Amino acid sequence: MKKGLVSALSSIVSILIGTLFGLILLIAVNSGEAFTSFGKLLSSGVSTLPKLAKVFYQAAPLLMCGLSVGFAFKTGLFNIGASGQYTVGAFAALFGAIVLQLPWYICLILAMIMGAIWGFFPGLFKALFNVNEVITSIMLNWIGLFAVNLLCMNIPKMLPPFWVSSPIKDRTAALSYANPGAIIPKLGLDKVFDSPYINISIIIAILIAILMWVLINKTTKGYELRACGYNRFASIYAGINAKSNIVLSMVIAGALAGIGGGLYYLAGTADYNIQKALLGMGFNGIAVALLGSSNPIGIIFSSLFISYIQVGGEALQPIYAKEMIDIIIAVIIYLSAFSLFTRNLLTKWFKFDRHSGNVNDDPIPPVVPTDTEKKEITIAPDAAVNESEVKA
Amino acid sequence: MSGFEMGMALADVLSATILFAVPLLLVAMGGMFSERSGVINIALEGIMIVGALFGCLMLRWLDPAVTAGTLNSFIAMLVAILFAAVTGAAFSMLLAFASINLKADQTIGGTALNMLAPAFAIVLTWVIQGQGQTTILIPTWSRITAASLGITPNSSSILQKFLFSNLYMTTILTVILFAVAVILLYKTKFGLRLRACGEHPQAADSVGINVYRMRYSGVFISGILGGIGGLAFTLAAGSGFQSSVAGYGFLALAVMIFGNWKPWSILGAALFFSFFKVIGAYASSLPFIPTVRLEGVSTYFWPMLPYLITMVLLILTSKKSRAPKAEGIPYDKGSR
Repeated sequence: MKKGLVSALSSIVSILIGTLFGLILLIAVNSGEAFTSFGKLLSSGVSTLPKLAKVFYQAAPLLMCGLSVGFAFKTGLFNIGASGQYTVGAFAALFGAIVLQLPWYICLILAMIMGAIWGFFPGLFKALFNVNEVITSIMLNWIGLFAVNLLCMNIPKMLPPFWVSSPIKDRTAALSYANPGAIIPKLGLDKVFDSPYINISIIIAILIAILMWVLINKTTKGYELRACGYNRFASIYAGINAKSNIVLSMVIAGALAGIGGGLYYLAGTADYNIQKALLGMGFNGIAVALLGSSNPIGIIFSSLFISYIQVGGEALQPIYAKEMIDIIIAVIIYLSAFSLFTRNLLTKWFKFDRHSGNVNDDPIPPVVPTDTEKKEITIAPDAAVNESEVKA
Repeated sequence: MSGFEMGMALADVLSATILFAVPLLLVAMGGMFSERSGVINIALEGIMIVGALFGCLMLRWLDPAVTAGTLNSFIAMLVAILFAAVTGAAFSMLLAFASINLKADQTIGGTALNMLAPAFAIVLTWVIQGQGQTTILIPTWSRITAASLGITPNSSSILQKFLFSNLYMTTILTVILFAVAVILLYKTKFGLRLRACGEHPQAADSVGINVYRMRYSGVFISGILGGIGGLAFTLAAGSGFQSSVAGYGFLALAVMIFGNWKPWSILGAALFFSFFKVIGAYASSLPFIPTVRLEGVSTYFWPMLPYLITMVLLILTSKKSRAPKAEGIPYDKGSR
C-alpha cells in the first residue's frame, strides 16, 4: 500500500511542478491575461456539465492508450506504437461502420483485432529477430497512418460525397448519416450532461481497465508477463516462454490502443481527418501510463486528469496557443521519467519504509532494447577497445 | 525522352537525393555519437525541431540586413547554422541531465522532449509572429545559386543543374562535419574513450575515464548535429518552418540502426532513404516508374516505402546488427 502511495505522491509532485511551469509560461507569454487564463485552465473541465462530458469523452480513448502503453511497460516493453495501433483501430472501426454497415460492438471488436495485428508485428520481430520494438513501432506508426490515409482516399464509400452531396474529401463520412447504428449508445447520458459528446465509452474503458488490473495482478498469465518484464533471463530459467510472452503482451497492448481508436471515432462526434501528422492520442497515452505508474487503476485517474487539462487548454484559446497544454504534459512526463529519483526523495522525506522506493520495486523496468537473448558476446572490430590507447 | 532530358531528370533526382540525405546523415551521426557513448537518444526529432526553430528565427532576424548573393548572405547563413547547433545542443542537455545525472529512463525522457519541442515551437512562433502565424518563412538568399558564386548560370548544363538546383550552406558543411566526425570517432583519444563508455563503462571508469563527462559529450555532439540537421531539413522541405520535421528524427534513428552505428554505413543508409523519398516526389514525372491509379499515392504511398523497406532490412540484418553494449543503461558506479 505504501508503495502505491509513494508513486501516487511522486505523480502528484510531477503534476504540480508541471502546472506551475505552465503558469510561468503563461506569464512569460502574456502577463496581463495569465492568471485569469490559468484559472480557466484549471476550472474549465468542471465549469459546466457539457465541459465535464467532454472530459469523459476524451478520457476514454486516452485511458485505452494509457492502458496499452502501461501494460507494455509492465512486461518490460516500450509501446511507442500506440499511435499507429490507435489509428488502424480507428480505421477498422470506421470501415466496419461505414462500408460494412455493422453495429457498434462488432466495429469495436474489429478495431481491437486490427490494433492487435499492429501490435503483433513489433512483438514478433522482437521475439524472433531481436529487433528493438521501439524502432519497429515508430515505423509502424507511420506505415499505419499512411496506409489508413491511402485506403480512406481510395474507398469512395468512406468519404462524404458517397452519402451526401458534399465537396469534402479530406475526412471520412459522418456516422450520423452513414450508419447511425454504429454510434456508441449514450443511454440517456447526453440528456443528463446536456452534451452530444458523452456516451458509454468511458464506462467501457473503465471496465477494461479493471479487467486489465485483474489480468496483471490476479492471474498466472499476468504473473508470467510481469516476471518477463522484471527479468527476462530469470523467467526463462524458471520455465516461462519469454518469446511467446513478448508477442502476447504486444498483441494485448495493440488491442487496447485499437479499442481506443474505435471508442473515439464511433462516438459519432468526430470524423477521421486525413492528415499527414501522427495522431497525438497514442503519445499522450505514454504520459497517462507514466503518471498512473503503469497501474490500470492509476491510469483511470491519470487519463481523467490529462483529459481534464486538455479541455482546460481549449479555454486558453485564442489568447494562447492550445499547445501550452502539450508543454505542460511534456514537462510532466519529463519529470516522471525520473520518478525513481523523486520516489527515493519522497521516501527519504516522509520516512516511508526504505524498501518501498527501491530500484527493484520500480513498476517501470528500464527499457533495454538491445539485450540479446542469446547473450553472445561479439565485439565488432571497430568497437574493440585498444588497451594501450586507453592507458595513454 | 531524349538523352539530354533524361540527364537533366537524373541530375534533378540526384541533387534532391543529396539535399534530403543531408539532414538524415547529420542527425543519424548525432544519434551515433550519443548511443556510442551509451545514451539512447530518441529525442533527435525534438532536437531537430528546436534547431530548426532557432535557425529559421535567426534567418528571419538577419533577413533585412542581407543582400542575396553577397558575402554577407554566406556569413548570415553560417550564423544561423551556428545558432541552430547551439540551441540544439542546449536542448539535448535536458536529455543528458535526466539520463546521466538522474538516471532516468532514457527512452521516456526522450519521448518527453519530443513532445515538448513542437509545442514549444508553436508557442514561440505565436509569440514572435503573432496569433495563428505558425509558419516561419525562409528567405530566398539561403540557397546558393551559380550567380551568387560568380558563375554564369547556364540552364542547359547538366552539371550546373546537379550542383546548383538544391545547394545550401548546410550541404557543404555536412561534407566537412562528416569527415571531422569520422576522424573524431576513430582517430582520436576522445573517440576511443567515448566508444569505451558505450561498450563497458565500468571498464572505462576503472582506467580513469570520466564516464559522465564522456556521455555528456556524446549527447552534446548529437545536439549540435541534430540542431543543424533540423535546419537542413527545413531548408530541404522548402515550405518554411511549421513546428515539425515530419518524422525525420525517427527516420534518422532508423538510418543509424540500419547503418549499424558506423559512419560510412550510415552515409549509405541516409542516401538510400533519401533516394526513396525523392523517387516518390518525382514518381509521376519519371518514365521508369509505373503509374499507379490511386488517389494520394505521392503523399502517402511513396513516403511509406522507406519505412516498410527499413523494417524488412532491419529484420534481415538483425543477425549482424550490433548496438553499443551499454546503451540505455544508466551508469552506476556501484553496480557490478
